[in-house]
Amino acid sequence: MDELLNALLRALAFGTPLLLASLGAVINERAGVVNLGVEGMMALGALAGFAVAYGDGSPGSGSIALGIVAAMAAGGLAALLHAFITITLRANQFVSGLSLTLLGLGVAGLLGKKYEGFPLFGQPNQWPFTIGAIVLALLLAFWLTSTRAGLTLRSVGENPAAADVLGLNVNLIRYGAVAFGGALAGLAGAYLSLVYRPSWTDGMTAGLGWIAVALVIFVGWNPLRAIFGSVFFGLLYYLQFRLQGKTFIPTEFFAAMPYLLVIVVLAFAGLRGQQGAAPEALGRPYTRGER
Amino acid sequence: MIRFVPIADPPRGRVIWVTLAALVFALVVAGLIFLAAGTNPFEAYSAMLQGTVSDWSGWSEVLRRGTPLLLIGIGLTLAFRAQFFNIGAEGQLLLGAIAAGGIALFTPLPPLVMLPAMFVGGALAGGLWALIAAFLKTRLRVNEILTTLMLNYVATYLLIYLINGPWKGKNVRGFIYSDDFPDFAQLPTLPGTQVGWPTLLLGVLLAVGLQWFLGRSTGGYELRVAGENPEAARYAGISVSSVLFKMAMVTGGAAGLAGVGEVAGIHHKLLEPSQISSGYGFTAVIVAWLARGNPLLCLITAPLMGIILAGGDVLKINLNLPFRITDVFSGVILMSLIASEIFVKNRVKWGK
Repeated sequence: MDELLNALLRALAFGTPLLLASLGAVINERAGVVNLGVEGMMALGALAGFAVAYGDGSPGSGSIALGIVAAMAAGGLAALLHAFITITLRANQFVSGLSLTLLGLGVAGLLGKKYEGFPLFGQPNQWPFTIGAIVLALLLAFWLTSTRAGLTLRSVGENPAAADVLGLNVNLIRYGAVAFGGALAGLAGAYLSLVYRPSWTDGMTAGLGWIAVALVIFVGWNPLRAIFGSVFFGLLYYLQFRLQGKTFIPTEFFAAMPYLLVIVVLAFAGLRGQQGAAPEALGRPYTRGER
Repeated sequence: MIRFVPIADPPRGRVIWVTLAALVFALVVAGLIFLAAGTNPFEAYSAMLQGTVSDWSGWSEVLRRGTPLLLIGIGLTLAFRAQFFNIGAEGQLLLGAIAAGGIALFTPLPPLVMLPAMFVGGALAGGLWALIAAFLKTRLRVNEILTTLMLNYVATYLLIYLINGPWKGKNVRGFIYSDDFPDFAQLPTLPGTQVGWPTLLLGVLLAVGLQWFLGRSTGGYELRVAGENPEAARYAGISVSSVLFKMAMVTGGAAGLAGVGEVAGIHHKLLEPSQISSGYGFTAVIVAWLARGNPLLCLITAPLMGIILAGGDVLKINLNLPFRITDVFSGVILMSLIASEIFVKNRVKWGK
């Protein structure tokens, strides 16, 4: 029983950044914009959060709260770059997101070098983040389905031409959704560098951003299901650490498991025809007069 | 407000002009990032140029880095023409290296057929790795960007498992790598360099061959139609999935060849993934993008990105910068290039 409870607690701890990042991605994808830059925005958020919370290393010189704000700002700003390139300049969303990941990982690695190896004192408690993420999922689910603003966001992702005719500013709404997604990815990064492993290491996002992107498809763009999806993946990470070296199965297999599972999960979603749940205009820039 | 007015058929001069401007812009932005990291950008760029294009040893480094980029880039032009965003060349390269290593270390092939067998095996392994993603895309509509990318991680751990487990060298104690390949499983190199000339030659031949294939053959025509307009392709009786499967074998196969070239030409053993490939798969995306889907143009764009990678090596050693600088370059250049696309295809008008 203790074992089970412990597993669930660890799954929640590991699932929190996945939930935060995938909720953000659900919102920008519901507005019709794919952002594959989650991994990069997470890395930038992790670094910005750590740098501000760490200050000059002496107690009191940094601020956790400001660190969180900085992380969200860093993720949001990086996302706005993606928004500008894909919405205003109408470039390919997939390639732009990929380059944002490279850029984010690169810039964070370069600027973060001086912070490597220093621990953060005054690590914040995990639970406000975990509970906050779950509450946010509930709120977003309600917001998307039952409010006028949520309907507006969805209409921009489903049928931007119709939304335009109704007088909605399609591109402005998309900018907002993308920035929101980036801010949450940045927050997920801050969770990693402030709460989960209170330090900065290059590559500490370790593919979590990509798993968050896959999770969005797995949960069918539904914030409520994202809670269960991220706990599920959190559980897998827990099992990976728990079973390592204890079975005849090689360690590398466990290390590769989350990535293999993303493929299996996407194939499974495909088998059930879940891609049909994707927002109709996902991945396509909107230009007035084009369909 | 600015407006974009489409140009029906952008003249070649405009394409070149805008692309060059995008590259310069990217280098300026990368310079600003250097500045933010406390490195003088002028110092960085001059170190890069001195270490690459100022003498023969620098150029040989550019060629060494450019050879795998050429092979992968050529394969990717085909993939992008078919609208298949293969981000997994990194993993396909590793699979090629694994196959070549397995053949070199564990098969009793006679010396004469050893190297050819390694290239064939490497191409098949890389091709099959890409085929997984193509299969999932056509049959289950799974996004190939995610699958090819996840398969990179899987390939990485597969290789680490092999060299840390069953394929671990007999005489290497603390390290994780395999035994050395026998002499006849090592590629001849250009004198005084680490450039395996057979790999380079393969790249050049493949560039010419695939350019012909794309432009002049029925298969190439089918591939372009399947990419540009799958509906029309189906209407014309083209099997889109079979086109995609063949394309996956070629794009993954070319990356596999690059992997064979790296282990048979430079390392002569299997070693940690990050030492075999430092992001060739991602940098090659830029090679293919710059070449605008023309295999032959990769002969220019691959060495160009080779300068960036070799220059990055110089920065790591001379200025003690972290390995992530190549990610900065790749990210900034790729972003700048795709952002510039609209200026190729449109004229910018100010006002209403």
